[in-house]
Amino acid sequence: MAANAHAHHEESFVSKYVFSQDHKMISKQFLVTAIFMGIIAVMLSILFRLQLGWPGESFALLEGLMGKWAPDGVLDRNAYLALVTIHGTIMVFFVLTGGLSGTFSNLLIPLQIGARDMASGFLNMLSYWFFFVSSVIMVASLFVEGGAASGGWTTYPPLSALPQAAPGSGTGMTLWLISMVLFVASSLLGGLNYIVTIVNLRTKGMKMTRLPLTIWAFLVTAILGVLSFPVLVSAVVLLLMDRSMGTAFYLSDIHIAGEALDVTGGSPILYQHLFWFLGHPEVYIVLLPALGISSEIISTNSRKPIFGYRAMIGSILAIGFLSFIVWGHHMFVTGMNPFLGSVFVFTTLLIAIPSAVKAFNYITTLWKGNIKFTPAMLFSVGLVSTFVTGGLTGIILADSALDVNVHDTYFVVAHFHIVMGMSAIFGMLAGIYHWFPKMYGRMMGSKLGYAHFWLTLVSGFGVFFPMHFVGMAGAPRRYYDYSAFEFLDFVMDLNPIISVFAIIGGLAQLLFLYNFFYSIFRGQEAVQNPWGSNTLEWTTPVERIHGNWPGALPEVFRWAYDYSNPNYDDDFVPQTVPLAAGEEEH
Amino acid sequence: MKLLILLVVVVGIIAIAQLARVYELTAKLRKTREEEISYADNRLNAALWLVFMGLFYAGVIYLFVAYGDYAPPAASVHGDAVDTLMGFNMIIIVAVFFLVNTLLFWFAAKYYYRKDRKAKFFPHDNKLELIWTVIPSIVLAVIIIYGLRTWNDMTGDAAPDALRVEIYSKQFDWTARYAGADGQFGLSNYNLITPTNPLGIVTEDGIAESLAEINSSRDRLREELAYERGLLINEQQKIMKQLHGDHHHGDDHDMDAQLKQRLEERLAEIETMLNSGKTTVLTDAAIKSRRDRLKRLDRHVQRIMEIENFTFENEVAAWEAGKDDKIIKGEFHLPVGKEVEFIFRSRDVIHSAYMPHFRAQMNCVPGVPTRFKMTPTITTDSMRFITGNEDFDYVLLCNKVCGAAHFNMQMKVIVETESQYNAWLEQLDTFYVQELNEDDGNDENANEPTEMPAEEQTVTASLK
Repeated sequence: MAANAHAHHEESFVSKYVFSQDHKMISKQFLVTAIFMGIIAVMLSILFRLQLGWPGESFALLEGLMGKWAPDGVLDRNAYLALVTIHGTIMVFFVLTGGLSGTFSNLLIPLQIGARDMASGFLNMLSYWFFFVSSVIMVASLFVEGGAASGGWTTYPPLSALPQAAPGSGTGMTLWLISMVLFVASSLLGGLNYIVTIVNLRTKGMKMTRLPLTIWAFLVTAILGVLSFPVLVSAVVLLLMDRSMGTAFYLSDIHIAGEALDVTGGSPILYQHLFWFLGHPEVYIVLLPALGISSEIISTNSRKPIFGYRAMIGSILAIGFLSFIVWGHHMFVTGMNPFLGSVFVFTTLLIAIPSAVKAFNYITTLWKGNIKFTPAMLFSVGLVSTFVTGGLTGIILADSALDVNVHDTYFVVAHFHIVMGMSAIFGMLAGIYHWFPKMYGRMMGSKLGYAHFWLTLVSGFGVFFPMHFVGMAGAPRRYYDYSAFEFLDFVMDLNPIISVFAIIGGLAQLLFLYNFFYSIFRGQEAVQNPWGSNTLEWTTPVERIHGNWPGALPEVFRWAYDYSNPNYDDDFVPQTVPLAAGEEEH
Repeated sequence: MKLLILLVVVVGIIAIAQLARVYELTAKLRKTREEEISYADNRLNAALWLVFMGLFYAGVIYLFVAYGDYAPPAASVHGDAVDTLMGFNMIIIVAVFFLVNTLLFWFAAKYYYRKDRKAKFFPHDNKLELIWTVIPSIVLAVIIIYGLRTWNDMTGDAAPDALRVEIYSKQFDWTARYAGADGQFGLSNYNLITPTNPLGIVTEDGIAESLAEINSSRDRLREELAYERGLLINEQQKIMKQLHGDHHHGDDHDMDAQLKQRLEERLAEIETMLNSGKTTVLTDAAIKSRRDRLKRLDRHVQRIMEIENFTFENEVAAWEAGKDDKIIKGEFHLPVGKEVEFIFRSRDVIHSAYMPHFRAQMNCVPGVPTRFKMTPTITTDSMRFITGNEDFDYVLLCNKVCGAAHFNMQMKVIVETESQYNAWLEQLDTFYVQELNEDDGNDENANEPTEMPAEEQTVTASLK
C-alpha cells in the first residue's frame, strides 16, 4: 500500500498541505475550497435579492462591488441573470457536489471502513486539483468582458450557444463550459476511487451489511456520479462544438441579430435530455450524502440504532436506481410526447415511496430516544424537516398536469431550494460540526453552533417557504423585475420579506465561519471519541496520523448501530467489540 | 427601505461580533467539554423545537390565508380541472406536512437527553415498515391515476374544427398569426425573415424580397472588398511583377498577347479605382469577416432556392396559403367557449409561452414547433367584473430565460364573444396588403378554418 510506505515518512510542506495524497488532508482541501465557493455563492444571491426585494432602488453597495454592472447602484439586467446563473452553478456543483461528497467521502470512507487510505492517493489528489482549477475558472468567469454565463445554471442552448443572444453567452459561457469539463473530470476521478475503495479495502469483518449508512450513501452517490457525469460532459462538449466549430447538434432554423444562421437539423431539446440525464441523478448526488450523514448523526445522538437499517439501504438503492429514469419531469412543457410525459410522472412519483420510508425511519429513530442536541444533531433533525417539506411539493411538480402551470415559476425555486438546497447544506453543516474533531483534533463551539442553527433554520424557511405562494400566483423565475405585471402585485410584497430573511441568513453564516476558523486554531482539544460513537473513525488517534491506525487495522464484529443495546451497560458498543457469547447480531 | 437594510446589516454584524466575543471569554471560563451537552442546553433546544414549530405553522397558515387563494379563477376548461387536481393534491401534501413535521418536532422535544434514562433499543419492526411503505404507495397510486387522467384530457388531440393560432416568439416580443380566409397557414421559413416579413412566410413576393435584400448585401460587401486599398495595391504589384519581372527568371520571354492585354487592362482599371476616391481601408480581420459573410450569404441564397412549393390537402398551394395570413403584435384575440390549438414557434432561442390565467404553458423551440390546446371560458370583460379591476387583462408572458429583457416579454390576450372576435379579425390587415386587395371578394365566414393538416409537414409535430 502506498499509504503504508509513507506512514513514517517526513513530509515537506508542499507534500503535506498542497499536493497531499492523504485522504484526510484532501478532504479538508475540498472543504475549505467549498466554503470559499459557498461564501461567493451566498454573496451573489444577496446581491440579486437586493434587486428583487427593492427593484430599481439604488444601492451604493452594488455599485461599489459591481462597477459598470450596477450603474448608479441599480443592478444591470444582464448582470442580474449572470448572478443567478453563477449562484446556481456554484451551489449545485462546487458546494453541494464537490464540497459535500469531496469532503465527507474522502474523510469517512477510509476511516469508517477501516482502510489506511483511498485505493489511489494520487488519483484522489488529482481529483482535488481538477476541482480547484475548475473553481478558479468558474470564479474568473465573473470578471470577463461581457460578464459571466447568464442563461441559468442549466445553460440551455440556443441562448447559451450563440454569443449574439446575450452578452453572457460570449467568453463567460466558454469559461463556464471549460470549468464544467474539469469539474466532471474531478468528480469522476473521485467517484471511481470511492467505489474501488469501498468495494476492496474494507477491513476484516466489515461486511456490506455492517457498513455505516454514510458509506452506503457515498457508494450509491459515487455510482450515480460515474454513470451520469459523462453524459454531462458529452452535452457540454457538443455545446462547445456548436459554439466554436460550426456544428449544429442543438441548433436549427435560427434567425438572430438580423442573420439567418447557417445551421439546420439540430435540436435544442437534445441538450435538455442530455443535461437532465445528469441533472436529475445530480439531485441525489447532492442529497444522498446528506441523508447518509444525518442517518449516522441522528442514530448516534439519539443513542438509538437507526430504525430499519436494511430498509434504509433499500431506499438508498431504490432512490439511486429511480433517479436515472425520471429526468423527463424537467421537460413536461418542451412539447414532449404526452405519453412519454405520463411515464415520467409515474417513475417520478415512485421516488416518493423510498423517500417516505426514509423520513418515517428517521422519526422512529427519534422516538423514545435519549437525544443529545449537539449542533450536528440540530442540523440533522432540521434536515429531516426540510427533506419532508420540500419533498412534498415535488409531488405537485411531478404531476405533469399541475407542472404546466407552475413550471419554471417560483414554486419550483421554493421546492428545490428546500428539498435539495437546505437539506444538503444542513447535512453538510451537520457533518462539519460532527466530524470537526476528526479533521482538526479540536472541537467547534456548541453555543455558537446553536445560534447558527436556529438562525439558519428560521431564515432558510423564511426565504423559501413564501416563494411557493409567489410561484402559485404565476411569477416566473429568473425575472429581473415583476412590476410589468399587475396580476402579480399582490404577492410582490413578499419579496422584501424574503430578501430580509436572506440577509439575516447570510449574516448568520458569519457565526459559522468564525466558529470554524477560530476552532481550527484555538478550539478546545478533542478527545478520541467525543460523541460516544460506534464507528471505526473514532478508534483512530486524535493526532490524525498518515495511515490512520498506528498498529494493525481494527477488526469489525458488529453493525454500527448498537446504541443502548440492553445487553450492555454503556449506551454504545463500538464495532470493534466482539459479540458476547450467545449474542445475536442485528 | 435602504435604511432598514443597512440597519439590519449593521446590527447583525455588531450582534455577531459581540456573540463571538462573549463566546471567546466564556469558553475560557468554562471548564466543561464541548461535547458534553448540559441538561439545560438539551432542554433549551428541545423547547426551541416547539417554539419553532409554533412559529413555522403560524407562518405557513398566515401565508395560506393571505396568499393561498391565487385568484382569479382559471379562465379555461382544462384550467378548472387543473385547479381541482391541485386542490386535491394540496390537501394531501398539507396534511402530510403537518403530520410528519409535528411528529418530528414533538419527538425531538420530548425525548431530550436525561442521564438516568436509556433509549429504547428498537432496531426494526417489519410490520411498521410495511405499513409506511404500503400506505404511501396507495396514496401515490391515487395521485398518479387522477393526475394522468387530467393530463390525458389536456393533451389529447384538438377538435378538427378548433381555431388554430400560431404564436411566434423572438427576443423579446411575441407575434400571433391567424390563417386568414383560406383557413390554411402559409408555409414559413426562417431564411425568408426580413423586417417586412417577420415570420418568414413563404410567398413569391417573400422569396423575391429576401433574395433582393441578400443580393444588395452581397453587392455591398463585394464592392467594399473590390475597392479595398490594400488588396488593390497587392494586386497591382502582382500584375506589374508578372508583366515585367519575368525577365529575371529567364523563362519564356514572350507572354501570351491576350493575357498581357488583359493584365494591362486590369492594371488601368485598378489605377482608376485607386483614384476614384471610393476606396476603403479594412483590417485583415475585417476583410476575412466580410469574405466569411459573403460565403454565408451565398449559402443563404442556396437555402432559399431549395424551398419547394407543394399543395396542401385542401388544394391550396403552399406558396399561396400565406398570402392572406394575418399577423399581429402586442395583443391577440380569442373567441370565448371555442377550442383553440396554439402552434408555437421561435425565431432565435427557447422561449416559453405562459398564460397563468388559463393554466397553460408550452415552450417555443427554434426548429421544433410545439402545440397546446385550450378552451377559454371567461371573457376579458367578465374577468374584469369578477376581479373588480377595470384594467384587468390576460397576459401571455415568457417563462424561459431568454436574455436581458426576458422579464418584460409579454403580450395581451383578449377573450371576447365570437362576433366581437370575428369583427376584430376582419379589420386586421393581412400579411401582404396588396394581395388582400386582389382577393377582396372573399367570403367573410372564411375566418372559420376548415380542417387542415399540420402546416409543417416536414417536421415532426412533437405533440402529435
